[in-house]
Amino acid sequence: MVEGSHQNLAARFFEKVGRICVSALEEMGRHGVMIGESFHWLFLGPGMNQPVRLGAVFTEMMEIGVRAIGIIGIMAAAIGAMLAIQGIYSLKIFGAEGHVVVGVAFSMVREFAPLITGILVAGRSGSALSARLGTMKINQELDALEVMGINPVRFLVVPSLLASLVMVPVLTFMSMVLGLYAAALYVNTALGMSMAAFFDQTIDVLSVDDLIHGLSKAAIFGVLFALIGVLNGFLVKGGAEGVGKATTRSVVQCISAIVVTDMLFALVATL
Amino acid sequence: MSDTEKPNAKNVIEVRGLVTHYGTRQILNGVDVDINEGEIMVIMGGSGSGKSTFLRHLMALQRPTSGVIKILGQDVWKLPQKKLFELRKKLGVTFQGGALFSSMTVGENIMLPLYEHTKLDRLTMQIMARMKLEVVDLAGFEDLMPSELSGGMVKRAAEARAVIMDPRILFFDEPSAGLDPVVSSQLDDLILRLRDAMGMTICVVTHELESAFKIADRITVLDKGSILFTGTVEELRNHPSDRIQNLLNRRSEEAEIDADEYLRRLTGDKEEAEGMPR
Ligand SMILES: Nc1ncnc2c1ncn2[C@@H]1O[C@H](COP(=O)(O)OP(=O)(O)O)[C@@H](O)[C@H]1O
Ligand SMILES: [Mg+2]
Repeated sequence: MVEGSHQNLAARFFEKVGRICVSALEEMGRHGVMIGESFHWLFLGPGMNQPVRLGAVFTEMMEIGVRAIGIIGIMAAAIGAMLAIQGIYSLKIFGAEGHVVVGVAFSMVREFAPLITGILVAGRSGSALSARLGTMKINQELDALEVMGINPVRFLVVPSLLASLVMVPVLTFMSMVLGLYAAALYVNTALGMSMAAFFDQTIDVLSVDDLIHGLSKAAIFGVLFALIGVLNGFLVKGGAEGVGKATTRSVVQCISAIVVTDMLFALVATL
Repeated sequence: MSDTEKPNAKNVIEVRGLVTHYGTRQILNGVDVDINEGEIMVIMGGSGSGKSTFLRHLMALQRPTSGVIKILGQDVWKLPQKKLFELRKKLGVTFQGGALFSSMTVGENIMLPLYEHTKLDRLTMQIMARMKLEVVDLAGFEDLMPSELSGGMVKRAAEARAVIMDPRILFFDEPSAGLDPVVSSQLDDLILRLRDAMGMTICVVTHELESAFKIADRITVLDKGSILFTGTVEELRNHPSDRIQNLLNRRSEEAEIDADEYLRRLTGDKEEAEGMPR
């Protein structure tokens, strides 16, 4: 009897693990299909009289990028200052405060700028994308588009994807600059190092590779969050409640995806 | 070309053996329907009988499990994607809730198909949109957002959008749902006017008998995923079948609930309701 229930438990456990694996694979498959479809419309759409509208891309860039400048700028500056404060505090132990620039420059450009930008954009626009597409789905607006002969992927998804592919790296670059600037200000007051000296040292220690590392990560984050936002929106079922669930799911998935990708990227890049 | 050109000039939509499922649940079990050029075909049936699902198939929005759907003589699921887009430009739809794009004004909603499919200049598009708004008595409301319209106005604006490309076939899902009798009667008049003025073929889904009798040239009654009746209004009125007479006289059908179905409902044996394939 006891044996039986144990077996039962094990079976159920493995069944559950199996289910989760299958649904995760399915989800990845859907992302793959969505990327494929997006490329299809981007390149073959014009031939079918279904071009991707530049106007729509710019609108999305405005929404994803320009409107986020304020908050991302503030966060990046705060993180830059925090890195400087923390750096000086710990380097003081070895009497090596002067080397703070190295630590700040590397961590800001390679890690923190893409990460904080990615997370903020995901929270702002990933959820908005899911909510918007989900609402359109339950209001049958997606069907209406389809019947009008307007492909929803071409009309709604590709512009968001392109906009975030461009805007997340741009915002990340802005974060790098602002973060370093805030750090320089703090170092200037704390150690009396001039701003010029700070930036000279920064440029000395950083290579183009570091910059590319940070920006390409940002581009990947951009694609990831657009895909996750869009897919959760498209898969909404069951009314307003479904939209709410999709939005939450989308933010959680975006941030997890960004953090995990970041870790993998760091692992591969430092091998 | 012989296959893609209309073989029968009168037959605008031809459905044969349409079977469809949501997940494992069968919704339509082999439906055959013909819709002729210039007629108003009304599809009736109780709530949940599969009317909206059937309509989605007629618009090539959903791929059936099996069966053939020919629109304007073309087998829609055998068409290459590009041809399907071309075909869809000849269809217009008003969905149950109107489905206006909430981020655009009424005018932009109506102009969207023109903007996407034609190379007209903006002024011409605006004039065309105004003309269609005139037809649905909404002239002057171009600059409002859909959220600022009443239910009946949303439906009418959606109709204006549906006819902006002068489609060959027009579909309506529940035009009178959620509207008061006066407004829904106005919508019926509008549907009749569209057919008479533009010679469109119109397919209306409804569960309102009164409205159906007023506008229909022919009626198809769907019941539990099968066709119970197809014919003219007169034929329907004089039909000998009890089941149809019950339906017409709104007699309760509770006695007819299938014992199996009832038991299944009590024991809560729900099949997985899967999302539809895109
Ligand atoms: N997307 C869907 N997924 C699963 N089941 C659905 C879906 N849409 C409709 N159904 C089910 O199919 C049946 C027919 O629905 P529908 O075509 O909307 O009926 P009607 O329009 O006649 O009220 C209903 O039982 C409904 O629950
Ligand atoms: Mg319905």
